[in-house]
Amino acid sequence: MSFDDIKLLLTQKFGDDVITGEERTGLQPALLINPNRIVEVCLELRNNPKTYFDFLSCLTGMDYGVEAGRLGVVYHLSSIPYHLQLTLKISRENDRSEDNLPSFPSIVSVYRTADWHEREAYDLVGIFFEGHPDLRRILLPDDWEGYPLRKDYKAAEYYKGIKVD
Amino acid sequence: MTLRNKKLNVEVSKYNEALYRYQQKIADAAVEDMVLNMGPQHPSTHGVLRLELITDGEIVKEVIPHIGYLHRCFEKHAESLTYQQTIPFTDRLDYLASMNNSHAWVMGVEKMLGIDKDIPKRIEYIRVLVCELNRVASHLIAIGTYGIDIGAFTPFLWCFRDREHIMGMLEWASGSRMLYNYIWVGGLFYDLPVGFEERCREFVDYFKPKMVELNQLLTDNQIFISRTANVGVLPMDVAINFGCSGPVLRGSGLKYDLRRIDNYSVYSELDFDIPVGKGLMGTVGDCWDRYKVRVDEIQESLKIIEQCLNRLQNELKRTPEFDPRAKLPRKLTPKVQDYYARCEGAKGELGFYFVHNNERSEIPFRGKVRGPSFNNLSVLPELGKNVMIADLIAIIGSLDFVLGEVDR
Repeated sequence: MSFDDIKLLLTQKFGDDVITGEERTGLQPALLINPNRIVEVCLELRNNPKTYFDFLSCLTGMDYGVEAGRLGVVYHLSSIPYHLQLTLKISRENDRSEDNLPSFPSIVSVYRTADWHEREAYDLVGIFFEGHPDLRRILLPDDWEGYPLRKDYKAAEYYKGIKVD
Repeated sequence: MTLRNKKLNVEVSKYNEALYRYQQKIADAAVEDMVLNMGPQHPSTHGVLRLELITDGEIVKEVIPHIGYLHRCFEKHAESLTYQQTIPFTDRLDYLASMNNSHAWVMGVEKMLGIDKDIPKRIEYIRVLVCELNRVASHLIAIGTYGIDIGAFTPFLWCFRDREHIMGMLEWASGSRMLYNYIWVGGLFYDLPVGFEERCREFVDYFKPKMVELNQLLTDNQIFISRTANVGVLPMDVAINFGCSGPVLRGSGLKYDLRRIDNYSVYSELDFDIPVGKGLMGTVGDCWDRYKVRVDEIQESLKIIEQCLNRLQNELKRTPEFDPRAKLPRKLTPKVQDYYARCEGAKGELGFYFVHNNERSEIPFRGKVRGPSFNNLSVLPELGKNVMIADLIAIIGSLDFVLGEVDR
């Protein structure tokens, strides 16, 4: 099944507003998905006998930079029976403040492996996943301040009263 | 009503609600059951992994892994260093199979630059040769330390003795024992030293009978089988849903190996089988199956090594004018794109996601690692439900993760 077939399949099932755009510049084309509908899309792609995207290879939290003012998530799905790969992208504009993290639906109900990946994206990029069963920091300590993989992150001068050189 | 978290003394908001819930769970469990800490300095956790166990007597009710003790900000480093400068950092992800890591990174960058078809055959074969040697070394550690987890000391010493030969050879080629920085974008750091192929063949001949001995000592050992068969059964659908890959997924009976699926590098020209778990001693997907897949993979890797040596000593023989750095690109500036490169590391699907957004820059905008150990470890809370504490040790060992890759 080609990229266009998958696109057609999704628009036929969910309507035109589910796909907000596409990127074909690189070697691997990507579909831009409406963030609110990512769970349905993933569930459909996983269960549809024509696609069977049963394996979530990678989930990446993305900060597109201060000027762009967007944060998002990139999903790399792969289909074990058909040897297919697919990239899905969702993103939202955000003002980058501490108490207003960008929020996306969690896909843990579809792929259990997303559990730790989403925790990592929350931990390092500061993306909140609604409906995640246990969204705690995973790599950094629980009392860490800030999100290190954000482009505007400044390393703290002190950690628990100890000067950081 | 707003809740207040007593330990952190902050108001519970949407963002720290999960942390509050977790602390409450541990506090409750400390009254009802017992909370046991395993690690971070526990030898059976294979590194600095801390497991919080909620136990009822000998039975583990829940496993809560805490990771991050070895976090070295790989992704942050990758955003500030050039593609070439990051290669030594990739060596430190899965430090037991460094060659496989740099191979994956280098293949991704070459694909983005569009030079992946121009790499000379001799270089590709040398890459595959050293990667497979490193895979054997990594599996030897997995087998040896698994034995020691179960209580068998001798296989550990035997495995380390044989691994030492591989370490010596790779040191001869690259100058370093574990962290090689040998595979470069577009080529190699240096050609194989004169006599390497002969020495490698000698090793394969020496090592084959040693594997028979090891099988007699551990694989068919009744005590070992009793400890591992029917323990930690991981069904195939659960393994796929949790993103397990490599020997963990193949142990559950699925013939899935990226060396065959993607046919990257020169694997399409090589003949080897993909061993899968068959449930010979118990159920498909138990600890013994995962262990056996690794043992069989060593045999397959030896087959690949021999084929590589045949080619490298015959039609791809070393010539005085051969320069492994001849194809090294002057500037590593790919076009604006993002690319997810994957390959079969020693532990499973190793992926690098590159985002490149500046045509004149040699530095990626974002580099993300998909570590196989990270995903393989995430299945542990599922496998560790309602098992005996001693069985949990067997399950941890059978997953064979490297914390350097989990924490990155």
